Amino acid sequence: MTQQPADEDWPATMFRLMADSGIDLFAYVPDAGNKQLIECADASNEAQTVLLTTEEEGLAICAGADLVGKRAVLCMQSSGLGNCVNYLSLVNGGKFPLLMMLSMRGDYGEQNPWQYPMGQAVEPIFEAMGVLTYKVESPEDLEKATMAALHATGSGGQSAAIILTQKFLGAKSF
Amino acid sequence: MTEASIDRRELLPQLFANPDDYLFVSGLAGAAKDTAALTEDGDNLYTMAGTMGAAVAMGLGVALNAPDRKVVVVTGDGELLMGIGSLVTVASMAPSNLSIVCIDNAQHGETGGQAGHTGQKTNLEAIAKGAGLPSTMTISEPDQIADGAAFLKSAAGPRFLLTRVLGSAPSVYKRNMDPAACRHRFRNAFLSAG
Repeated sequence: MTQQPADEDWPATMFRLMADSGIDLFAYVPDAGNKQLIECADASNEAQTVLLTTEEEGLAICAGADLVGKRAVLCMQSSGLGNCVNYLSLVNGGKFPLLMMLSMRGDYGEQNPWQYPMGQAVEPIFEAMGVLTYKVESPEDLEKATMAALHATGSGGQSAAIILTQKFLGAKSF
Repeated sequence: MTEASIDRRELLPQLFANPDDYLFVSGLAGAAKDTAALTEDGDNLYTMAGTMGAAVAMGLGVALNAPDRKVVVVTGDGELLMGIGSLVTVASMAPSNLSIVCIDNAQHGETGGQAGHTGQKTNLEAIAKGAGLPSTMTISEPDQIADGAAFLKSAAGPRFLLTRVLGSAPSVYKRNMDPAACRHRFRNAFLSAG
Protein backbone atom coordinates (compact mmCIF):
# COMPACT_ATOMS: atom_id res chain seq x y z
CA MET A 1 0.00 0.00 0.00
CA THR A 2 1.26 3.40 -0.93
CA GLN A 3 -0.05 6.57 0.61
CA GLN A 4 -1.73 8.80 -1.92
CA PRO A 5 0.45 11.67 -3.07
CA ALA A 6 -1.07 15.07 -2.60
CA ASP A 7 -1.47 15.64 -6.33
CA GLU A 8 -2.54 12.49 -8.10
CA ASP A 9 -2.12 14.09 -11.51
CA TRP A 10 1.59 14.77 -11.12
CA PRO A 11 2.65 12.04 -13.60
CA ALA A 12 0.58 13.66 -16.34
CA THR A 13 2.05 17.04 -15.47
CA MET A 14 5.59 15.69 -15.50
CA PHE A 15 5.04 13.84 -18.76
CA ARG A 16 3.65 16.95 -20.44
CA LEU A 17 6.59 19.09 -19.28
CA MET A 18 9.07 16.49 -20.50
CA ALA A 19 7.34 15.92 -23.84
CA ASP A 20 7.06 19.66 -24.45
CA SER A 21 10.82 19.92 -23.84
CA GLY A 22 11.52 17.32 -26.51
CA ILE A 23 12.00 14.24 -24.34
CA ASP A 24 10.69 11.47 -26.55
CA LEU A 25 12.32 8.34 -25.16
CA PHE A 26 11.55 7.06 -21.67
CA ALA A 27 13.91 4.27 -20.56
CA TYR A 28 12.86 2.63 -17.32
CA VAL A 29 13.12 -0.11 -14.78
CA PRO A 30 9.60 -0.45 -13.39
CA ASP A 31 8.92 1.12 -10.00
CA ALA A 32 5.74 2.15 -8.24
CA GLY A 33 7.06 5.72 -8.44
CA ASN A 34 7.33 5.77 -12.23
CA LYS A 35 4.40 3.49 -13.15
CA GLN A 36 2.00 6.24 -14.11
CA LEU A 37 4.62 8.38 -15.84
CA ILE A 38 5.48 5.45 -18.09
CA GLU A 39 1.77 4.80 -18.68
CA CYS A 40 1.45 8.41 -19.83
CA ALA A 41 4.37 7.92 -22.20
CA ASP A 42 2.92 4.64 -23.49
CA ALA A 43 -0.41 6.32 -24.11
CA SER A 44 1.20 9.12 -26.08
CA ASN A 45 2.22 8.93 -29.71
CA GLU A 46 4.97 11.48 -29.01
CA ALA A 47 7.13 9.12 -26.99
CA GLN A 48 8.57 5.64 -26.95
CA THR A 49 9.30 3.65 -23.82
CA VAL A 50 12.15 1.18 -23.35
CA LEU A 51 11.90 -1.46 -20.64
CA LEU A 52 15.41 -2.16 -19.33
CA THR A 53 16.94 -5.24 -17.76
CA THR A 54 19.10 -3.07 -15.49
CA GLU A 55 19.35 0.66 -14.90
CA GLU A 56 22.82 1.34 -16.32
CA GLU A 57 21.60 0.11 -19.67
CA GLY A 58 19.33 3.15 -19.67
CA LEU A 59 22.21 5.58 -19.28
CA ALA A 60 23.90 4.08 -22.33
CA ILE A 61 20.65 4.19 -24.33
CA CYS A 62 20.07 7.83 -23.38
CA ALA A 63 23.69 8.64 -24.36
CA GLY A 64 23.12 6.93 -27.70
CA ALA A 65 20.00 9.03 -28.23
CA ASP A 66 22.04 12.16 -27.49
CA LEU A 67 24.61 11.18 -30.10
CA VAL A 68 21.94 11.62 -32.76
CA GLY A 69 20.46 14.78 -31.26
CA LYS A 70 17.54 13.33 -29.29
CA ARG A 71 16.55 13.81 -25.66
CA ALA A 72 15.65 10.96 -23.35
CA VAL A 73 15.08 10.25 -19.67
CA LEU A 74 16.03 7.32 -17.46
CA CYS A 75 13.37 6.53 -14.84
CA MET A 76 14.31 4.27 -11.96
CA GLN A 77 14.03 3.59 -8.27
CA SER A 78 16.83 5.07 -6.16
CA SER A 79 18.29 1.58 -5.60
CA GLY A 80 19.02 1.42 -9.33
CA LEU A 81 21.46 4.29 -9.09
CA GLY A 82 23.86 1.86 -7.45
CA ASN A 83 23.87 -0.15 -10.67
CA CYS A 84 24.66 2.98 -12.68
CA VAL A 85 27.72 4.33 -10.95
CA ASN A 86 30.45 3.29 -13.37
CA TYR A 87 28.33 4.38 -16.36
CA LEU A 88 28.17 7.85 -14.83
CA SER A 89 31.81 7.98 -16.00
CA LEU A 90 30.43 8.13 -19.53
CA VAL A 91 27.90 10.78 -18.56
CA ASN A 92 30.42 12.92 -16.71
CA GLY A 93 33.51 12.38 -18.85
CA GLY A 94 31.58 12.61 -22.10
CA LYS A 95 29.57 15.63 -20.96
CA PHE A 96 26.37 13.89 -21.95
CA PRO A 97 23.55 16.11 -20.64
CA LEU A 98 21.42 13.19 -19.47
CA LEU A 99 18.23 13.40 -17.45
CA MET A 100 17.25 10.94 -14.75
CA MET A 101 14.09 10.63 -12.68
CA LEU A 102 14.50 8.76 -9.39
CA SER A 103 11.75 7.62 -7.10
CA MET A 104 13.24 7.36 -3.64
CA ARG A 105 13.32 4.48 -1.22
CA GLY A 106 15.14 4.54 2.08
CA ASP A 107 14.77 8.19 2.85
CA TYR A 108 11.61 9.20 4.77
CA GLY A 109 9.27 6.78 6.48
CA GLU A 110 10.92 3.71 4.93
CA GLN A 111 10.09 0.48 6.78
CA ASN A 112 12.32 -1.87 4.76
CA PRO A 113 15.86 -1.92 6.16
CA TRP A 114 17.28 -3.17 2.83
CA GLN A 115 16.45 0.17 1.24
CA TYR A 116 18.31 2.50 3.58
CA PRO A 117 21.98 2.10 2.57
CA MET A 118 21.44 2.91 -1.11
CA GLY A 119 18.74 5.47 -0.45
CA GLN A 120 21.04 7.41 1.85
CA ALA A 121 23.89 7.16 -0.70
CA VAL A 122 21.97 8.72 -3.59
CA GLU A 123 22.96 12.32 -3.08
CA PRO A 124 26.64 11.65 -2.24
CA ILE A 125 26.91 9.52 -5.39
CA PHE A 126 25.37 12.17 -7.60
CA GLU A 127 27.61 14.80 -6.08
CA ALA A 128 30.71 12.62 -6.53
CA MET A 129 29.86 11.97 -10.19
CA GLY A 130 28.91 15.54 -11.08
CA VAL A 131 25.16 15.10 -11.57
CA LEU A 132 22.90 17.95 -10.43
CA THR A 133 19.89 17.04 -8.28
CA TYR A 134 16.44 18.62 -8.05
CA LYS A 135 14.32 17.31 -5.18
CA VAL A 136 10.56 17.11 -5.05
CA GLU A 137 9.36 17.12 -1.44
CA SER A 138 5.92 18.64 -1.90
CA PRO A 139 3.42 19.04 -4.75
CA GLU A 140 4.52 22.65 -5.23
CA ASP A 141 8.06 21.44 -6.02
CA LEU A 142 7.05 19.13 -8.83
CA GLU A 143 6.75 21.50 -11.74
CA LYS A 144 9.62 23.75 -10.65
CA ALA A 145 12.05 20.88 -10.07
CA THR A 146 11.08 19.21 -13.33
CA MET A 147 11.56 22.40 -15.31
CA ALA A 148 14.86 23.16 -13.57
CA ALA A 149 16.17 19.71 -14.49
CA LEU A 150 14.90 20.06 -18.06
CA HIS A 151 16.65 23.41 -18.45
CA ALA A 152 19.85 22.07 -16.89
CA THR A 153 19.91 19.10 -19.30
CA GLY A 154 18.72 21.20 -22.23
CA SER A 155 20.55 24.38 -23.11
CA GLY A 156 22.34 24.14 -19.74
CA GLY A 157 24.33 21.17 -20.99
CA GLN A 158 24.46 19.49 -17.56
CA SER A 159 23.43 16.03 -16.39
CA ALA A 160 20.70 16.15 -13.77
CA ALA A 161 18.31 14.04 -11.74
CA ILE A 162 14.80 14.80 -10.53
CA ILE A 163 14.45 13.12 -7.14
CA LEU A 164 10.95 12.25 -6.01
CA THR A 165 11.30 11.90 -2.25
CA GLN A 166 9.20 9.72 0.01
CA LYS A 167 7.85 12.88 1.61
CA PHE A 168 6.25 13.49 -1.77
CA LEU A 169 5.50 9.92 -2.89
CA GLY A 170 4.62 8.45 0.49
CA ALA A 171 6.23 5.34 1.95
CA LYS A 172 5.18 1.77 1.29
CA SER A 173 3.76 -0.11 4.29
CA PHE A 174 5.21 -3.48 5.39
CA MET B 1 33.09 -26.71 -32.21
CA THR B 2 35.34 -25.63 -35.11
CA GLU B 3 38.59 -24.07 -34.00
CA ALA B 4 38.57 -20.30 -34.52
CA SER B 5 41.05 -19.23 -37.21
CA ILE B 6 40.01 -15.67 -38.13
CA ASP B 7 42.63 -12.93 -37.71
CA ARG B 8 40.58 -10.11 -36.21
CA ARG B 9 42.57 -7.45 -38.07
CA GLU B 10 41.22 -8.81 -41.33
CA LEU B 11 37.63 -9.14 -40.12
CA LEU B 12 35.97 -5.73 -40.10
CA PRO B 13 37.33 -4.51 -43.48
CA GLN B 14 35.78 -7.59 -45.08
CA LEU B 15 32.48 -7.26 -43.21
CA PHE B 16 32.13 -3.54 -43.95
CA ALA B 17 33.54 -2.68 -47.37
CA ASN B 18 32.03 0.81 -47.18
CA PRO B 19 32.35 1.89 -43.53
CA ASP B 20 31.05 5.39 -44.29
CA ASP B 21 27.60 3.87 -44.82
CA TYR B 22 27.19 3.07 -41.12
CA LEU B 23 27.06 4.59 -37.67
CA PHE B 24 29.36 2.59 -35.38
CA VAL B 25 29.45 2.24 -31.61
CA SER B 26 32.22 0.12 -30.18
CA GLY B 27 32.97 -1.24 -26.76
CA LEU B 28 36.34 -0.73 -25.15
CA ALA B 29 39.74 -2.31 -25.87
CA GLY B 30 40.30 -4.48 -28.95
CA ALA B 31 36.86 -3.81 -30.43
CA ALA B 32 37.56 -0.06 -30.26
CA LYS B 33 40.98 -0.45 -31.86
CA ASP B 34 39.65 -2.59 -34.71
CA THR B 35 36.74 -0.23 -35.39
CA ALA B 36 38.96 2.85 -35.19
CA ALA B 37 41.29 1.27 -37.74
CA LEU B 38 38.32 0.46 -39.99
CA THR B 39 36.95 4.00 -39.99
CA GLU B 40 40.28 5.82 -39.42
CA ASP B 41 38.66 6.96 -36.17
CA GLY B 42 35.90 8.57 -38.21
CA ASP B 43 33.15 10.90 -37.10
CA ASN B 44 30.65 8.06 -37.64
CA LEU B 45 32.21 6.12 -34.75
CA TYR B 46 31.87 6.41 -30.98
CA THR B 47 34.42 4.24 -29.20
CA MET B 48 34.60 3.56 -25.50
CA ALA B 49 37.66 3.20 -23.32
CA GLY B 50 35.69 2.43 -20.16
CA THR B 51 32.08 1.69 -19.12
CA MET B 52 32.55 -1.96 -20.01
CA GLY B 53 29.20 -3.44 -21.00
CA ALA B 54 27.67 -0.29 -22.45
CA ALA B 55 28.20 -0.75 -26.19
CA VAL B 56 25.06 -2.68 -27.14
CA ALA B 57 22.80 -0.37 -25.15
CA MET B 58 24.41 2.74 -26.60
CA GLY B 59 24.02 1.33 -30.09
CA LEU B 60 20.39 0.60 -29.32
CA GLY B 61 19.87 4.22 -28.29
CA VAL B 62 21.40 5.36 -31.58
CA ALA B 63 19.42 2.87 -33.67
CA LEU B 64 16.06 3.73 -32.11
CA ASN B 65 16.64 7.42 -32.73
CA ALA B 66 18.20 7.23 -36.19
CA PRO B 67 15.86 4.73 -37.84
CA ASP B 68 16.99 5.71 -41.35
CA ARG B 69 20.64 4.87 -40.66
CA LYS B 70 22.38 1.51 -40.46
CA VAL B 71 23.83 1.17 -36.96
CA VAL B 72 26.54 -1.32 -35.99
CA VAL B 73 27.76 -2.24 -32.51
CA VAL B 74 31.20 -3.84 -32.39
CA THR B 75 31.89 -5.51 -29.07
CA GLY B 76 34.04 -8.21 -27.53
CA ASP B 77 32.97 -11.34 -25.68
CA GLY B 78 33.86 -9.92 -22.25
CA GLU B 79 32.25 -6.55 -22.94
CA LEU B 80 29.08 -8.16 -24.25
CA LEU B 81 28.80 -10.45 -21.22
CA MET B 82 29.08 -7.52 -18.83
CA GLY B 83 25.93 -5.97 -20.35
CA ILE B 84 24.35 -9.18 -21.59
CA GLY B 85 20.82 -8.13 -20.61
CA SER B 86 20.97 -5.49 -23.33
CA LEU B 87 20.43 -8.24 -25.90
CA VAL B 88 17.02 -8.83 -24.33
CA THR B 89 16.17 -5.14 -24.56
CA VAL B 90 17.32 -5.08 -28.19
CA ALA B 91 15.09 -8.06 -28.96
CA SER B 92 12.04 -6.42 -27.38
CA MET B 93 12.58 -3.08 -29.11
CA ALA B 94 13.53 -4.85 -32.35
CA PRO B 95 15.18 -2.02 -34.33
CA SER B 96 15.62 -3.46 -37.82
CA ASN B 97 18.55 -1.10 -38.50
CA LEU B 98 20.81 -2.53 -35.78
CA SER B 99 23.58 -5.08 -36.22
CA ILE B 100 25.75 -6.41 -33.42
CA VAL B 101 29.15 -7.90 -34.26
CA CYS B 102 30.87 -9.68 -31.40
CA ILE B 103 34.59 -10.29 -31.82
CA ASP B 104 34.99 -13.33 -29.60
CA ASN B 105 38.59 -14.20 -28.78
CA ALA B 106 37.60 -16.09 -25.64
CA GLN B 107 39.91 -13.97 -23.54
CA HIS B 108 40.33 -10.61 -21.85
CA GLY B 109 42.96 -9.30 -24.25
CA GLU B 110 43.33 -5.81 -22.83
CA THR B 111 44.17 -6.93 -19.31
CA GLY B 112 46.64 -9.69 -20.04
CA GLY B 113 44.86 -12.37 -22.03
CA GLN B 114 43.07 -14.02 -19.12
CA ALA B 115 40.77 -16.83 -20.24
CA GLY B 116 37.14 -15.85 -20.73
CA HIS B 117 33.87 -17.75 -20.39
CA THR B 118 33.37 -18.32 -24.10
CA GLY B 119 36.37 -20.64 -24.12
CA GLN B 120 34.52 -22.79 -21.60
CA LYS B 121 30.82 -23.59 -22.04
CA THR B 122 29.22 -20.36 -23.15
CA ASN B 123 27.85 -19.80 -26.66
CA LEU B 124 27.00 -16.16 -27.25
CA GLU B 125 25.05 -16.84 -30.45
CA ALA B 126 22.76 -19.19 -28.51
CA ILE B 127 22.29 -16.46 -25.88
CA ALA B 128 21.42 -13.90 -28.57
CA LYS B 129 18.97 -16.33 -30.11
CA GLY B 130 17.47 -17.06 -26.71
CA ALA B 131 17.17 -13.34 -26.02
CA GLY B 132 14.92 -13.21 -29.06
CA LEU B 133 17.03 -11.65 -31.80
CA PRO B 134 15.46 -12.68 -35.12
CA SER B 135 18.74 -13.33 -36.95
CA THR B 136 21.92 -14.82 -35.53
CA MET B 137 25.02 -16.39 -37.10
CA THR B 138 28.45 -17.64 -36.10
CA ILE B 139 31.59 -17.59 -38.21
CA SER B 140 34.93 -19.08 -37.16
CA GLU B 141 37.07 -19.33 -40.31
CA PRO B 142 38.40 -16.75 -42.79
CA ASP B 143 36.47 -18.19 -45.73
CA GLN B 144 33.19 -17.65 -43.83
CA ILE B 145 33.67 -13.88 -43.51
CA ALA B 146 31.97 -13.24 -46.86
CA ASP B 147 28.94 -15.18 -45.59
CA GLY B 148 28.99 -13.00 -42.49
CA ALA B 149 29.02 -9.87 -44.64
CA ALA B 150 26.05 -11.17 -46.65
CA PHE B 151 24.23 -11.96 -43.41
CA LEU B 152 24.75 -8.40 -42.15
CA LYS B 153 23.37 -7.04 -45.43
CA SER B 154 20.32 -9.17 -45.83
CA ALA B 155 19.21 -10.92 -42.62
CA ALA B 156 16.22 -9.47 -40.78
CA GLY B 157 17.31 -7.04 -38.08
CA PRO B 158 18.22 -6.71 -35.36
CA ARG B 159 20.96 -9.19 -36.23
CA PHE B 160 23.79 -10.71 -34.23
CA LEU B 161 27.00 -11.99 -35.79
CA LEU B 162 29.35 -13.93 -33.55
CA THR B 163 32.85 -13.94 -35.02
CA ARG B 164 35.16 -16.39 -33.31
CA VAL B 165 38.71 -15.15 -33.78
CA LEU B 166 42.28 -16.13 -32.91
CA GLY B 167 43.78 -14.72 -29.75
CA SER B 168 46.08 -12.54 -31.83
CA ALA B 169 46.48 -8.78 -31.31
CA PRO B 170 43.85 -6.29 -32.46
CA SER B 171 44.58 -3.52 -34.96
CA VAL B 172 47.04 -0.81 -34.00
CA TYR B 173 45.40 2.58 -34.27
CA LYS B 174 45.82 5.66 -32.09
CA ARG B 175 42.29 6.95 -31.59
CA ASN B 176 40.90 9.98 -29.80
CA MET B 177 40.08 8.84 -26.26
CA ASP B 178 38.46 12.07 -25.04
CA PRO B 179 34.83 11.01 -24.53
CA ALA B 180 33.44 14.56 -24.71
CA ALA B 181 35.37 15.47 -27.87
CA CYS B 182 34.20 12.25 -29.49
CA ARG B 183 30.60 12.98 -28.48
CA HIS B 184 30.82 16.39 -30.16
CA ARG B 185 32.46 14.96 -33.24
CA PHE B 186 29.83 12.25 -33.73
CA ARG B 187 26.88 14.48 -32.92
CA ASN B 188 27.97 17.35 -35.13
CA ALA B 189 28.66 15.04 -38.05
CA PHE B 190 25.29 13.32 -37.68
CA LEU B 191 23.28 16.51 -37.26
CA SER B 192 25.03 18.39 -40.07
CA ALA B 193 24.37 15.46 -42.41
CA GLY B 194 20.67 16.03 -41.74
